[in-house]
Amino acid sequence: MTAVDLRVAQRPNAPMTTYRYDEYDAAFVSERVAEFREQVNRRLSGALTEEEFRPFRLMNGLYLQLHAYMLRVAIPYGTLTARQMRRLADIADRWDKGYGHFTTRQNLQYNWPKLVDTPDILESLADVEMHAIQTSGNCIRNVTADHFAGVAPDEIEDPRPTAEFLRQWSSLHSEFSFLPRKFKIAVTGAAHDRAAILVHDIGLRVVKNDTGEIGYQVVVGGGLGRSPFIGKVVGDFVPREDLLAFLEAILRVYNRFGRRDNKYKARVKILVHEKGIDEIRAAVEAEFAAMDRSAFDHDPEEFARIAAFFAPPPYESLPATSALLRAAKLETPAFANFVDVNVGAHKIPGYAIVTVSLKPIGGVPGDATSEQMRVLAEASERFGFGELRVSHEQNIILPHVKQDDLFALWSMLDAAGLATANAGLVSDIISCPGLDYCSLATARSIPIAQAISKRFSDMSRQRRIGKLGVKISGCINACGHHHVGAIGILGLEKKGQESYQITLGGDPTFSASIGEILGPGVTAEQVPDVVEHLVDYYLAEREEGEAFIDTWRRIGHARFKDVLRREGEDGADI
Amino acid sequence: MPVFKHPQILIASNLTDGEVVFLGPSGWERDHRRARVARKADEAAALEALGKGDISANRVVDVYLADVEIGSDGAPTPLHYREKMRVKGPSVRLDLGKQAGEGAL
Repeated sequence: MTAVDLRVAQRPNAPMTTYRYDEYDAAFVSERVAEFREQVNRRLSGALTEEEFRPFRLMNGLYLQLHAYMLRVAIPYGTLTARQMRRLADIADRWDKGYGHFTTRQNLQYNWPKLVDTPDILESLADVEMHAIQTSGNCIRNVTADHFAGVAPDEIEDPRPTAEFLRQWSSLHSEFSFLPRKFKIAVTGAAHDRAAILVHDIGLRVVKNDTGEIGYQVVVGGGLGRSPFIGKVVGDFVPREDLLAFLEAILRVYNRFGRRDNKYKARVKILVHEKGIDEIRAAVEAEFAAMDRSAFDHDPEEFARIAAFFAPPPYESLPATSALLRAAKLETPAFANFVDVNVGAHKIPGYAIVTVSLKPIGGVPGDATSEQMRVLAEASERFGFGELRVSHEQNIILPHVKQDDLFALWSMLDAAGLATANAGLVSDIISCPGLDYCSLATARSIPIAQAISKRFSDMSRQRRIGKLGVKISGCINACGHHHVGAIGILGLEKKGQESYQITLGGDPTFSASIGEILGPGVTAEQVPDVVEHLVDYYLAEREEGEAFIDTWRRIGHARFKDVLRREGEDGADI
Repeated sequence: MPVFKHPQILIASNLTDGEVVFLGPSGWERDHRRARVARKADEAAALEALGKGDISANRVVDVYLADVEIGSDGAPTPLHYREKMRVKGPSVRLDLGKQAGEGAL
């Protein structure tokens, strides 16, 4: 009996396409909850000081933020079941304030949990096979992946079995629990990068060699933050059987040589930058050659066991296109717009991938109310085999929707305020929580996103503009990925006021680039004007089929700077 | 010792629920308007000493002094926009935090 058959036999209602805990996983997470409960009790009794307790709470995803504690829940490679999404909603209602924030690391954050309630929250999460382990601290964080994994037509292989394999390898890895700094890994198995792998500490791209063998291109040293870098290739083709040992070698080199004297220079990107990729590659290859690799021997059966959890759901045989969909689009223009913008091609005929935007006009990017979470859970059960994904763009994906069902799904989403047809458009803004919640922030980011979104509230105008990535961070740590926004916005403090630095030309895909600064900082009120001027200039200059980034690359940064300077002279005060 | 430029209050986070609290005349208050105001450097140092004591007593964490101005009603208001945010709540959710009557404003 295969792992999937076994699971179906044991849990007939279990979704078909996600990893399920075995007894070891369940016991491990349960033990961690009990351990943290004891640590919280010791903290409350005074047996532990805050200094002693802080590493424990961070290891369990609990931060202290501007107004309250914040709990970051891991969503491995952004995959959720309907049951898990419902539980996230229930937790939001019972222990938080009725909503959650989906993050650029495909996780979920609660903004108002009480310390005393956190063990109960973690226990409730464990009950649905979730936790908050390694969502903080200088360890290997939640492994992220392409949110269209397993369903994208351009895919060589579903990256989730690899991501799950790495999750198991990296969870409480004794050697890598106290790295110089945090460490983030992203995986894609597709021809187009939707997981921003080139700006992660390690990016993995599933590739095929000339003989058709599957392996990985391994990229190291990418990252955003204070010093942004595009990752560099450290291994062109690493066979699957060598993957764990190769990553182990990279982490060992980083653990040994990464700087611990200065936290701002402690990420692996700095090591790669300072030493150069050739020296790092030589060190990794030497470590790989010298290490006892028997501990990392690839177990094809184990990989197959994991991969079986991600087996395709029982799709129906359907025509490639749907007459029902065609008719509904003709009848309902708003639905047609939704399909044109938020619905993507699926590898199975008759099916579609649906992006549910968490960016309503003027809304808080990435936030969902508990009621919306329940609607999403129900929608996934009715129309998508009970599976959901969280994208690093802070949206929710329903990866297996029959084209015939799209209108019914849209109607359901629309009634819940979840049918904004802006996926990938100018109002689909990535934004960190910024100074509205985050204790590290130097300026607010959410109100900037809201103001830009409102400025472009005309959806037909947004569609005319086309794909445009606007990304906003409230501090130099760059959780809002501003460096890789075609238009990036960074909130800083300048003379006791919030000030915003604009960058242009960032790109998070395989053609990755870091944005270039446009000029002096502007005020919050000026940001929408600046963005509008930039967009108008792009529209005036673009050639057929060009996205914003293409036009910027063709005509150059200086031209965009010039237009703003001219607008300033004309009295636009920017 | 840093130069004392403005009146100051002592801000912290309550240990059990993380809520922002302010050292008042007789303990920690959830309303910044009831905070004790230090008008001289030695008064600020005294506030800090009390704060450190309450860290040791496991009542509060993340304690620090914040510059304020005193309104015509005698109540302190933080000068920096970060602390202005802390005494109210998120500017994008006026229905949450102290500004919404959770805790107290």
